[in-house]
Amino acid sequence: MSNHAATVDATLTESFAGPSPGELLRRRIRGHAGLLIGAGVLALIVLMAFAAPWLAPQDPYAQDLASRLIPPLWHENGSWVHPLGTDMLGRDYLSRVVYGSRISLLIGFSVMLISGVIGAVLGIVAGYFGGRTDLVVTYLITVRLSLPVILVALTTVALAGSSLWMVILVLGLLKWDRYAVVLRSATQQVRNLDYVTAARAIGCPTWRVIAGEVLPNVSSHLIVVATLEMGSAILLEAALSFLGLGVQPPAPSWGLMISEAKGYMFFSPWLISIPGLALFALVLAINLLGDGVRDVTAPEGRS
Amino acid sequence: MLQYALKRAVLALLVALTVSLICFLLVNLSTDVATAMAGEGATAETIDAIRHQYGLDRPLAVQYFEWLGHAARGDFGDSLYFHTPVAALVAERMPTTMVLGAAALGFALLLSIPLGVIAALKPNSWIDRLALTIAVVGQAMPTFWFALLLMYLFGVTLHLLPISGGDTWQHFILPSVALGYYATPAIMRLTRSGMLEVLESDYIRTARAKGLRNTSVLFKHALRNAVAPVVALAAVQLGFLLGGSVVIETVFALNGLGYLAWEAIGHNDFPVVQAVVLLISLVYIVLTLLADLANAWLDPRIRIA
Repeated sequence: MSNHAATVDATLTESFAGPSPGELLRRRIRGHAGLLIGAGVLALIVLMAFAAPWLAPQDPYAQDLASRLIPPLWHENGSWVHPLGTDMLGRDYLSRVVYGSRISLLIGFSVMLISGVIGAVLGIVAGYFGGRTDLVVTYLITVRLSLPVILVALTTVALAGSSLWMVILVLGLLKWDRYAVVLRSATQQVRNLDYVTAARAIGCPTWRVIAGEVLPNVSSHLIVVATLEMGSAILLEAALSFLGLGVQPPAPSWGLMISEAKGYMFFSPWLISIPGLALFALVLAINLLGDGVRDVTAPEGRS
Repeated sequence: MLQYALKRAVLALLVALTVSLICFLLVNLSTDVATAMAGEGATAETIDAIRHQYGLDRPLAVQYFEWLGHAARGDFGDSLYFHTPVAALVAERMPTTMVLGAAALGFALLLSIPLGVIAALKPNSWIDRLALTIAVVGQAMPTFWFALLLMYLFGVTLHLLPISGGDTWQHFILPSVALGYYATPAIMRLTRSGMLEVLESDYIRTARAKGLRNTSVLFKHALRNAVAPVVALAAVQLGFLLGGSVVIETVFALNGLGYLAWEAIGHNDFPVVQAVVLLISLVYIVLTLLADLANAWLDPRIRIA
């Protein structure tokens, strides 16, 4: 009898309680095409970056002036030796595109880390403490938004010396505004919820309330902003390199490759279309992933 | 309202002062100005002479207030590369960038508001999907690459439009489209979500219940309320577009502020760089101030908070 009751109980729980929150999340992820496509393409590009030495048919820096401007495979003069052709210095274009993914990902990721830490700290502190702290942070955000990112970055990088790490540092110090704005309002929303009050009431020190209660509850916002900002940092690096003041030659930065090929685009258009497509695909994948994560974690906030 | 306007104006002034300090320090902390001005291979004596001649051996604070005092009167000194007053140089290039920025914003609004409204009226229809695709693609497209593609298609292949320079209004079409597309996703998303929200509100239901015609409900009641936040966003986007003009003007060889800044950066022409960065920041500050005041005027809740 008791055994029977337990079975009924279990069936009841199953049919009324429905799937667990984790299962619901997994279902939403599986049902979201954009998220899956974005994550898939991004995973492929990350794999390409790690496996660059094995994937690239040749040295991306090796010049061969005898075989300059060879068209890619799908042209009548294309050959398997250089599947994506060669550039004006005879460098194998496929190898340069493959190695270029490393630069874009490294910049996107490092800028995200630097600006993410600055912006998250400012935003959470402003949202949690409010009052004067909030006024100061809001003021900093306003000042930062008033400065044209690309012009300030161009100037600083040009004056302080262009290098990969300088570009990362400058962009990291400039692009924290969106993190601060989003996390400030997210923190304001959770600041007065019961579990935060409860943590304070049992005497948790402030840093533990913030790290243990606030941070986990704003982390989905943080992940979404970080993803979208990574895409925007990659585009900014490409623009800086395109203007000749970002990553320096002969590094195979996709933006720099487009810049170097500008003068040849009328007769060899693939020289700008290939690295451009690579940039577009990478940023599109990152943005689809970010939008997808937002939809899946906060379906009501979809816009 | 007056009190809010005053408070908001004082804040804008403070921000402007802070921005001017950053513009000044940006150059003076990133590099040693005298060494950069002397050029490569200059002797220590030459560098010292330049340092003394331009007053660069004085404390930074003194230099800043002198620069600020002159800048407030519209005097940014002489360009080190063009050898003309910076103010005249900037005034000469300014109209091109303003026309480009306005045309780009115009293009963005013309594309994004109708699409955003229709997308909100018919969610999940093909036009909603088209709008979403345009937004997603626009966010991932490198602006300079899109500009080159437009150049290749309309200039080189179809021979429809000029691709370099700024002599006629046709020269502005491709640059405006390239730059404007960058601002489209944000405006379209805001229009769509604002419109969706407004359409579900009580006063729209009341208006429909009164038996008003559909077009009247849409244009007189819904759109006016949905578009209010878009005005503020458009002002912000115009500021971004002016900053982004450096890329587009360089691609299309348009002789505006952005191109001037790029030339100046390449030639260590500090007075010009500082003036352009400051000017574009000030335009942004004024635009956001005006947008905030307009919003407060339209929506009394903002003034009181």
